[in-house]
Amino acid sequence: MKRPGDYDSLWVVIGGCDWRCKVAVALFDERELERIAKAYKEWEEKVVPEWLKRMPERMEEFTTLSGIPLKRVYTPLDLKDWDYMEKLGFPGDYPFTRGIHATMYRAKLWTMRMFSGYGGPEETNRRLKFLIEHGETGLSLAFDEPTLVGIDPDDPMAEGHVGIEGVNVASLRDMEIIFEGINLGEVTTNMTINPPAPVLLSYYVAVAEKQGVPYHKIGGTTQNDPLKEFIAQKTYVFPPEAAVKIAMDLVEWSVKNLPKWNPISISGYHIREAGATAVQELAFTLADGIEYVRQLIARGMDVDEFAPRLSFFFDAHINFFEEIAKFRAARRMWAKIMKDWFGAKKKRSMWLRFHTQTAGVSLVPQEPWNNIVRTAIEALAAVLGGTQSLHTNSFDEPFRVPSEFAAKIALRTQQIIAYETGVADVVDPLGGSYFIEWLTDEIEERAWRIIERIESMGGMLEAVKKGYPQREIAESAYRFQKELEEGKRFIVGVNIFRSDDIEEIRKVPLLEFDQEEIEERQKRRVKEVRASRNQERWRRALDNLRRAAERGENIMPYVLEAAKAYATIGEIMGVLKEVYGVYVEPPEY
Amino acid sequence: MSSPPSTRGPEGRRYKVLVAKMGLDGHDRGAKVVARALRDAGFEVIYTGLRQTPEQVAMAAVQEDVDVIGVSILNGAHLHLMRRLMRKLEELGADDIPVVLGGTIPVIDIEPLKKMGVREVFLPGTSLAEIIEKVRRLAEEKRSREEGLAKVEG
Repeated sequence: MKRPGDYDSLWVVIGGCDWRCKVAVALFDERELERIAKAYKEWEEKVVPEWLKRMPERMEEFTTLSGIPLKRVYTPLDLKDWDYMEKLGFPGDYPFTRGIHATMYRAKLWTMRMFSGYGGPEETNRRLKFLIEHGETGLSLAFDEPTLVGIDPDDPMAEGHVGIEGVNVASLRDMEIIFEGINLGEVTTNMTINPPAPVLLSYYVAVAEKQGVPYHKIGGTTQNDPLKEFIAQKTYVFPPEAAVKIAMDLVEWSVKNLPKWNPISISGYHIREAGATAVQELAFTLADGIEYVRQLIARGMDVDEFAPRLSFFFDAHINFFEEIAKFRAARRMWAKIMKDWFGAKKKRSMWLRFHTQTAGVSLVPQEPWNNIVRTAIEALAAVLGGTQSLHTNSFDEPFRVPSEFAAKIALRTQQIIAYETGVADVVDPLGGSYFIEWLTDEIEERAWRIIERIESMGGMLEAVKKGYPQREIAESAYRFQKELEEGKRFIVGVNIFRSDDIEEIRKVPLLEFDQEEIEERQKRRVKEVRASRNQERWRRALDNLRRAAERGENIMPYVLEAAKAYATIGEIMGVLKEVYGVYVEPPEY
Repeated sequence: MSSPPSTRGPEGRRYKVLVAKMGLDGHDRGAKVVARALRDAGFEVIYTGLRQTPEQVAMAAVQEDVDVIGVSILNGAHLHLMRRLMRKLEELGADDIPVVLGGTIPVIDIEPLKKMGVREVFLPGTSLAEIIEKVRRLAEEKRSREEGLAKVEG
């Protein structure tokens, strides 16, 4: 096996083939290409100038959101040495550009998984049931900020935050209420949770156990992606090394105990939302993935043991074709990385399975109903890009977590795409488009260059510690904003067809809930839990957790025992913070 | 072409802005973009970084003697956080420092925020040019007030 990540193997990946590689077989006949080239030249020199005289183009230069310059038209000349089998192959076959399954949506539609949660466990239980009733096919929990950073609702830093951005979970008791009347053997649940992922997974597993669901039937995902916390999402708790160690503990434990669980969702979504371009989102996410694979191999795990359980999460932004090309490039790149760098043998290890969320950052408060249209277009890109699972944003999200009314429209958007449009009837329907294939190649090449840079820094953990992706993202965010103001980019209702109609915004029926009442309820409940649990079992569980953490053992079994003993999230995280320390971000901009 | 409006007070000292993130809100894209835009427009900018309490932000504003506080909140906790910030500024006798807020703010919350003393609320989609201009005017106002006071006292 080649040493993963050395320069030679990177070159091989960029070259698209290894030593077994034959000379690329071009798709187009050379003489035919010559004929096309001649005609193209004539068209460019004679036809186009005539048209430009009569009808000048709207802009001097057209570029994707990543800044990739676009030509007027794409032809076989843009795919000159293009080898079909090497670049695409067939759905379900290496390099999986066309999709990870041979039958894709003809057999199984993507999972319609709406990110939801607000208030306390009671409100969220009702919302989950509402979505299931309306045809949602997978669950996804949004947690509030105190939960995301692992503090109890009566912690002073939690004041005023409980239940706003998602559901508050302070102990096993809350998780029991969230899933009352929902059989965990019949649904899969995503949990967008990072530093406290071991805690939330433990609460979930404990609820499943109480329901009598065996481990092999527990399905779902913990996001558990620590690197992108420092890069973008900023719900970090522990310093980078410790954060990665804890996350890998969860992966290792899950791979061995929960065969249906996705222990990590390597996420580009937050990276993109923080300002990255599509190319940066792709490169940084794969670089995070590479780091995790190395960490797990370093633990002595076999790549084919854990790689099939790795999953991904991307943003679907509004620049339609670039997004589709990004998803296709992502699959091809990951397959190459797993096969050529890490020597994976199983097909499943090479699969880039991913969830997609439409771009929250593309939604605006001005004429908010237009957000329904934006979301629909973005969702369509995700489907044409071959996503396994999809969340569609609600139009009211520039203001607050969605109302039932808005969430239902968002879910219906997916159902319309799935059942009315016919786009799910052919696998990778845009494959073979000169433009899409050229753009897929171009995005791949640009992303490799960034990955190469990260490799030269010693991998993503080192790059993150140096602040490299953080700075690059801030740079892109600033550039985009300037382009908006210079009239190079447009947002309808904002800098073109501007709307200052505040009355229209007032008409949006926002979700109403009494945050203060919920905060009080959650504080009350966590106190009750602390008072009513078996103190002896609880104390022993936390002591054992501390000792295991100090010894550098895998913390998962100990966190699970503490969770079952009704230790609160703040208590468990408190023990871990004492052992591992906390991270403070340097305030750079 | 006319030169851009000055970002210096009458005594020649640059206007100083504190860009702040409070509470557990990790959405720092807007704060960083605005901080950079203000710096590029000639302001002296201090960025607090994440997870500051409103009380810490108020104290930093006083210690640094800033002309404007710019807060960015996208986590829905704006009413709570801003109430605490304004209260602390008052307590410190620093309620003459104008405070502006940007972020995902429901329109119905704008009035209560203004009643607390928040001078401007910038919704998503506000241009940097508008933010820069409004912050500049607020800083100018504060400096000329101080100048006036200094003359009276002198």
